[in-house]
Amino acid sequence: MFSFKTKSLFGQTKQLEKEIDQFVDILSEVGLLFKSIVLAYLNSGITDKFDEMVKQVSEMESRADKITKEVERTLYEETLIPDARSDVLRLLEHLDEIIGMYQGNCYHFSIQKPDFPKEFQDDLIKLSETVVSCVESLCLTVRSFFRDIKSVRDHAHKVTFYEKESDKQFSSLARKIFDSELTLDKKMHLRYFVEKIDRICDQAEDIADEIQIYAIKRSI
Amino acid sequence: MDLTIIIFLLGGLFLGWSLGANDAANVFGTAVGTRMVQFKTAALVCSVFVILGAIISGAGTTETLGKLGAINALPGAFAACVAAGLSVYIMTKFGLPVSTTQAIVGAIVGWNIYTGSSINIKILFTILSTWVLCPVIAALIAMLFFVLTKQILRKSNWHLLRLDAYTRTALLLAGAFGAYSLGANNIANVMGVFVPISPFTDIHLMNVFTFSSKEQLFLLGGIAIAVGVFTYSKKVMFTVGNDLLKLSPPAAFIVVIAHSIVLFLFASQGISNFLHSINLPAIPLVPVSSSQAVVGAVIGIGILKRGKEVQWDIAGKIAIGWFLLPVIAALISLVILFVLQNIFNQAVSF
Repeated sequence: MFSFKTKSLFGQTKQLEKEIDQFVDILSEVGLLFKSIVLAYLNSGITDKFDEMVKQVSEMESRADKITKEVERTLYEETLIPDARSDVLRLLEHLDEIIGMYQGNCYHFSIQKPDFPKEFQDDLIKLSETVVSCVESLCLTVRSFFRDIKSVRDHAHKVTFYEKESDKQFSSLARKIFDSELTLDKKMHLRYFVEKIDRICDQAEDIADEIQIYAIKRSI
Repeated sequence: MDLTIIIFLLGGLFLGWSLGANDAANVFGTAVGTRMVQFKTAALVCSVFVILGAIISGAGTTETLGKLGAINALPGAFAACVAAGLSVYIMTKFGLPVSTTQAIVGAIVGWNIYTGSSINIKILFTILSTWVLCPVIAALIAMLFFVLTKQILRKSNWHLLRLDAYTRTALLLAGAFGAYSLGANNIANVMGVFVPISPFTDIHLMNVFTFSSKEQLFLLGGIAIAVGVFTYSKKVMFTVGNDLLKLSPPAAFIVVIAHSIVLFLFASQGISNFLHSINLPAIPLVPVSSSQAVVGAVIGIGILKRGKEVQWDIAGKIAIGWFLLPVIAALISLVILFVLQNIFNQAVSF
């Protein structure tokens, strides 16, 4: 009748901490894999290695989905962190969207096979590196939100920095594409890819802003 | 036991019930209202510790109330309890954070006036001073705990979920301490007036353990408080948790622990004796208001947050309560005593 769940409460807490850490690990790893996928595609096109890496991204996305659902279920069923629960769940959903954006970009490369001329390839690699750095900083922001709230602002600031860098790189690359001799349909096709990759940074910046608000709410 | 005695004791039990219904919310309101602790768990812990506090440490404050006015007839004690209960009810209707302490003191003074007994002015002054001291000390303790907790949280880097688990445990422990302190400090309000005229006799168990008539009264009062907790405090807890205090769980813990320490300080014979032994002024053992201790603690935190959460309107209402409630209780007490003596032909004093 009366439930003193002290032991199971701490057990569940440990398990959830582990799951949230795993989720952020996945986000970080998917970014690194995405960078390799872009490189592999530009170097050799669609190969077995490329397909294998895209498959890995899909598997990671499914794992992230499972973790989100499990965390959501536990938080609600056990009424944990009642004051921050909705913030944490929204945060995980938005982070999951970033994983989905990475996955979407990989599929687009695989299906649409865009033809990036050599002159744009370095810029595209740089852009994808900036995007991955931006999401890496977001991962640190997320980890700080859970463990070291005073560092949230520092990491979130880096996310903003990389987002601005990515905007600059996107504008420069888009300008180069439209200034080139390619046909309009090709230009638009390439711009679509560049824009899609850059959008990951926009999402990361929005989430970093959200986390800063959540962090203020968490102060006692 | 005579039926009349039971009827007169019911006055005190009613006061105990209303204390349990209202003041348990000060102990567990924020924890239950924010769903950090389940109501059933809170009610069980609260009831057990209120009874323990009443029996083990309830004597000190009762003695002080007894010095103010030793009501020596059951109908007189009944009148004081009913007057206190009614005045609390009236003030609650006006939304004032009332104190059964102030009500019972007013009612005892009313009995003193009606029966022509002398009022111990020194004791009265001591009690009045603690009403002001209680929220002030609660505010100071809350400020100290707020600064400490902030430092600990800054240095600890606990995961949000682990902090949640620690806070739940801390709220439960602080709540148990708060309930013990509430029982120790406020049992005098409920049963204090019956102590000099207790209808019980001491029970000796195998010449080892004696369950005194006073302890039996306190057990009865404690049970009445516990019944109040189980039957009526849930609604009040959710009101306190959701409407009155919008505090984070760690801040809620600070409020509960500050409130509990204040109630304990004003009930602990041990601390009082210790201070006296090192030539410091002993803390008077006086029943104080748990509601006002809670509001004092919230104001303390609010001051540190640069006035953002200071409930100045409630602070003003407390000050009004200091004057108004005892006066109303005394007046009602006079009326009831008059009715009992002249209509029901009951001796209200000997």
